[in-house]
Amino acid sequence: MRYLPNSPAERAAMLEATGRRSIEELFNQIPEYLKLRGQLNLPGPLSEPEILEFFREAASRSSREYVSLLGAGAYTHYRPVVIDALISRGEFFTAYTPYQAELAQGTLQAMFEFQTLMTQLTGMEVSNASLYDGSTATTEAVLMALRITHREKVIVAHTLHPEYRQVLATYVQQQGIEVAEIPYAPTGQVDLPKLEAALSPETAAVVVQSPNFFGALEPVRQVAELAHQRGALLIVSIAEPLSLGIIQPPREADIVSGEAQSFGVPVAFGGPYLGFLTCREKFLRQMPGRLVGQTTDAEGRRGFVLTLATREQHIRREKATSNICTNQSLCALAATIYLCLLGKGGLKSVAEHNLAKAHYAAAQLRAVPDVGTPFAAPFFNEFVVKVPGSAEELLAALREERIIGGLALEQFYPELESHLLICATETIGRAAIDRMCEVYRRFQARANTQGSAPEIQSAPASRN
Amino acid sequence: MSYPPEFLYTKDHEWIRVDENVGTIGITDYAQKELGDIVYVELPKVGDHVTAKESFGTVESVKAVSEIYSPVDGEVLAANPKVQASPELVNADPHGEAWLIQVHLVDRSDLEGLMTAEEYEAFISQEKAH
Amino acid sequence: MENRIRYARTHVTRNEDLIFERTSPGKSGVALPPLDVPSAPANQILGANLYRDDVEGFPEVSELEVLRHFTRLSTWNYGVDTGLYPLGSCTMKYNPRVNEVVARLDGLATDHPYTPESLAQGCLKVLYETARCLAEITGMDAVTLQPAAGAQGELTGILMIRACLAERGNPRRYMLIPDSAHGTNPASVHTSGYEVRNIKSNAQGCVDLAELGRAMTEDVAGLMLTNPNTLGIFEVQIREIADRVHARGGLLYMDGANMNALVGVARPADFGVDVMHLNLHKTFTTPHGGGGPGSGPVAVKRFLEPYLPAPVVEQTPDGRYRLDSDRPKSIGRVRAFYGNFGMAVRALAYILANGPEGLRQTTEDAVLNANYIMTRLRDVYELPYDQPCLHECVFSDRRQAARGVRTMDIAKRLIDYGFHPYTAAFPLIVSGALMIEPTESAGKAELDAFIEAMRAIAAEIDEDPQFVLKAPYSTRVSRLDEATAARTPILRWKPQ
Repeated sequence: MRYLPNSPAERAAMLEATGRRSIEELFNQIPEYLKLRGQLNLPGPLSEPEILEFFREAASRSSREYVSLLGAGAYTHYRPVVIDALISRGEFFTAYTPYQAELAQGTLQAMFEFQTLMTQLTGMEVSNASLYDGSTATTEAVLMALRITHREKVIVAHTLHPEYRQVLATYVQQQGIEVAEIPYAPTGQVDLPKLEAALSPETAAVVVQSPNFFGALEPVRQVAELAHQRGALLIVSIAEPLSLGIIQPPREADIVSGEAQSFGVPVAFGGPYLGFLTCREKFLRQMPGRLVGQTTDAEGRRGFVLTLATREQHIRREKATSNICTNQSLCALAATIYLCLLGKGGLKSVAEHNLAKAHYAAAQLRAVPDVGTPFAAPFFNEFVVKVPGSAEELLAALREERIIGGLALEQFYPELESHLLICATETIGRAAIDRMCEVYRRFQARANTQGSAPEIQSAPASRN
Repeated sequence: MSYPPEFLYTKDHEWIRVDENVGTIGITDYAQKELGDIVYVELPKVGDHVTAKESFGTVESVKAVSEIYSPVDGEVLAANPKVQASPELVNADPHGEAWLIQVHLVDRSDLEGLMTAEEYEAFISQEKAH
Repeated sequence: MENRIRYARTHVTRNEDLIFERTSPGKSGVALPPLDVPSAPANQILGANLYRDDVEGFPEVSELEVLRHFTRLSTWNYGVDTGLYPLGSCTMKYNPRVNEVVARLDGLATDHPYTPESLAQGCLKVLYETARCLAEITGMDAVTLQPAAGAQGELTGILMIRACLAERGNPRRYMLIPDSAHGTNPASVHTSGYEVRNIKSNAQGCVDLAELGRAMTEDVAGLMLTNPNTLGIFEVQIREIADRVHARGGLLYMDGANMNALVGVARPADFGVDVMHLNLHKTFTTPHGGGGPGSGPVAVKRFLEPYLPAPVVEQTPDGRYRLDSDRPKSIGRVRAFYGNFGMAVRALAYILANGPEGLRQTTEDAVLNANYIMTRLRDVYELPYDQPCLHECVFSDRRQAARGVRTMDIAKRLIDYGFHPYTAAFPLIVSGALMIEPTESAGKAELDAFIEAMRAIAAEIDEDPQFVLKAPYSTRVSRLDEATAARTPILRWKPQ
């Protein structure tokens, strides 16, 4: 086996040193009746060329020849080649969690830089060194709010990513926590009067996503006022943090959590991604996850260590702030490199390109008869379209043109049949957008001749 | 460091000094040495109720958390703001400046099971032998 | 002259500033292609309240500066690629480079999670095949790849136990955990709504059957067990343990963190285990990455399959793959999408590279290496549980502690000999533990050098303990002041 460094002679010498006569003796402590008889039924061994062939074949059965307008919590952005060049350095990617600080200053300093970048972007005072992904980070933010407020009710906007809401439900199902959902208004934003009515002195936190699942920016300031009036915390979840390059961060929030996959991490069929959590300094001790802090060594030189570890499971065990052990260090490193490469100006420019592409796409689509964008709220790079006829049929027609035309919303919002969620990042060319609109036109014309063009004026009823 | 004879001690390494109906509580020199550099102290608020043999707060070092148990029942009259601001005081002066809380004693019989300084020193020399 | 030479060396390898301190306005490390659509006036579209003109303090550096900055930082790290990394319970084995290549292939790295199933057959195949291989390796019947890491796998497994017992009429109240367990076990149990009851290990470091018998009441949902345990010792009575738990209507959870001792040799399903998690970043060579991403698949017996997190990847009779979301008894989702797909790609590549013989040989080498270390160090370091080990061995610092040197001090001195330290001060049932897991990725020559280093340090402690207490001497920074870091936390850079 090519990965194993010992030769048969070396194995024999080592075995002799241990006083065993056979390798089998090393496993004497395992009772015979529990041992595997025969071999595992597995494929392989494969040589390197065969491994490449196996995965190239799998990769060929993919959407790689398609233009994709999918977003919905995972965003395709250009990844500068420097990212992979750097995160592929063995010193980074084959290292463990930096518990031995003297041998891990590289990882630790990079995480300190990551924490700084995330506080700058989100307008918060402290950041942890990352969590699994946006769904679990948002859930951890809620658990944190429950600990801080000692209350047991949570209000969640219906426009929070449906899968984030599902993860939250899984985590709180055994803890007697009541989660209420607030419907959206005709603008595609959280319904403020309904939110106000739902708030009570038992509300621990209000969770909104901005831009929300529909791409709409939420009125964070008003939501904060309502939440704070009742002593509840405001958690703002952000799934597309690139928006923060041109959009004000939710400074009124108490905790900001979300998904930073956009920053140099590939969409990779759903993971690994990069959860983040930032908050006000006064909540520091209730934060989950690893934290890197600055200190000095015996000679007074600046250095970095994992700190405030007494919050964590390996010390506090069942009383820890979270069961989380690992962070997403290598993804956080990728994000740090990405953000440093972009810098202040690049971040703004990429964000402006996203805004321009999505607004061009929305305008072109609105110009197609019977096609509309029902939500009036401002958006960044993602928006909802009402299409003439069946969303699934339109998506199939788009696939014939090698376009994945977005996400049919009906699966998550039954009232939104014939609605697609479309995302246009900087990677989408004008030609592809124009081609997409052409398909819409043909589709609309066909639907029209079949006499089934639906009306598009009314905003969707918001159901809960 | 010597163990003041006017204090009473617990097996969880807390001390209490009683003046009239007011008990002042801290952790012992032995406890702070076992924990190492103290970095954080969490204490109850004035007006909270503490219960004998139950935890009322925590003392943290870099890599350990230790619960602090109250020797007596009572209402918290004061929580030492100095140790909360400068936790290292617990290392420097555990029996003096680094007292943790003062409580209004409800029942003096709580004091009956506690150790004298002499008994406590014998107790910790046994602990060390383990 | 001497000063100037020292200065030059210091500049490149020793004294890299924070990136924020390298900033100068107007620089950037990227250039964008020209915008091919009309530009959108951000301040008008968003309005004055929402528009952000500037991210204060954000870095402004060129591409080359970024490259050099992170390259220099990397040189302050130690990885498996650098040398032996015998960190007990972490399984720091070689991360094959081909895994990194295949995980980045166009089509695998670029498929969006909401890609229509018909266009994502390759990704779904990888998920399906990985799950199938892990089921075969553990002997279990079904596998979910959704949990993002081992601790989340634990939570997933315990929630499934809870769902199953609830359906049988009573979810019960407690979960038993041996005192030798990793800290995530009690934390995960707590998150899943159970109360933790610790049970003491016996003199062999294993579960005490009598103690288990007393603790295993009708109120107890089950036992969470690591096997081999954190001492590297196989629970020889595992079948009896399983029987006692089952007899009282409980379920047996196995923490599979130490599967590197078992792959191809024995299968947890045969032990009586009902549910377990694996750590792809330990046994299956996905990189630790400086602390993640991990991946914590959960494997279950058939009767628990209905409770798996949704969706589950299936193969249809015509050989195609699909996601099944219609699972009414599922515990729900534990993570958005389908888990850390990229880690499944790497784990599958590792399994394929080895095949059944290679995996068995790997396990044999891992166990041989640990026993070799144990044999050759036992005369200098105390072995508190003196019996043969599997993939790792645990010494105590008791002899060295008598001279004032503790396990963490020995670990720091090991750095000067060019090795990453072992796991210090865990498991908690050993006073001053030195937990050594060489894995199969160390050859005899490397092990001999490590053993010599450990023996040399023991000799140094006899001669001059004070010298060892100040180690390491060879790193960019010496021992760091962790107390000040925790008392007055500085968690981000701020402009002067």
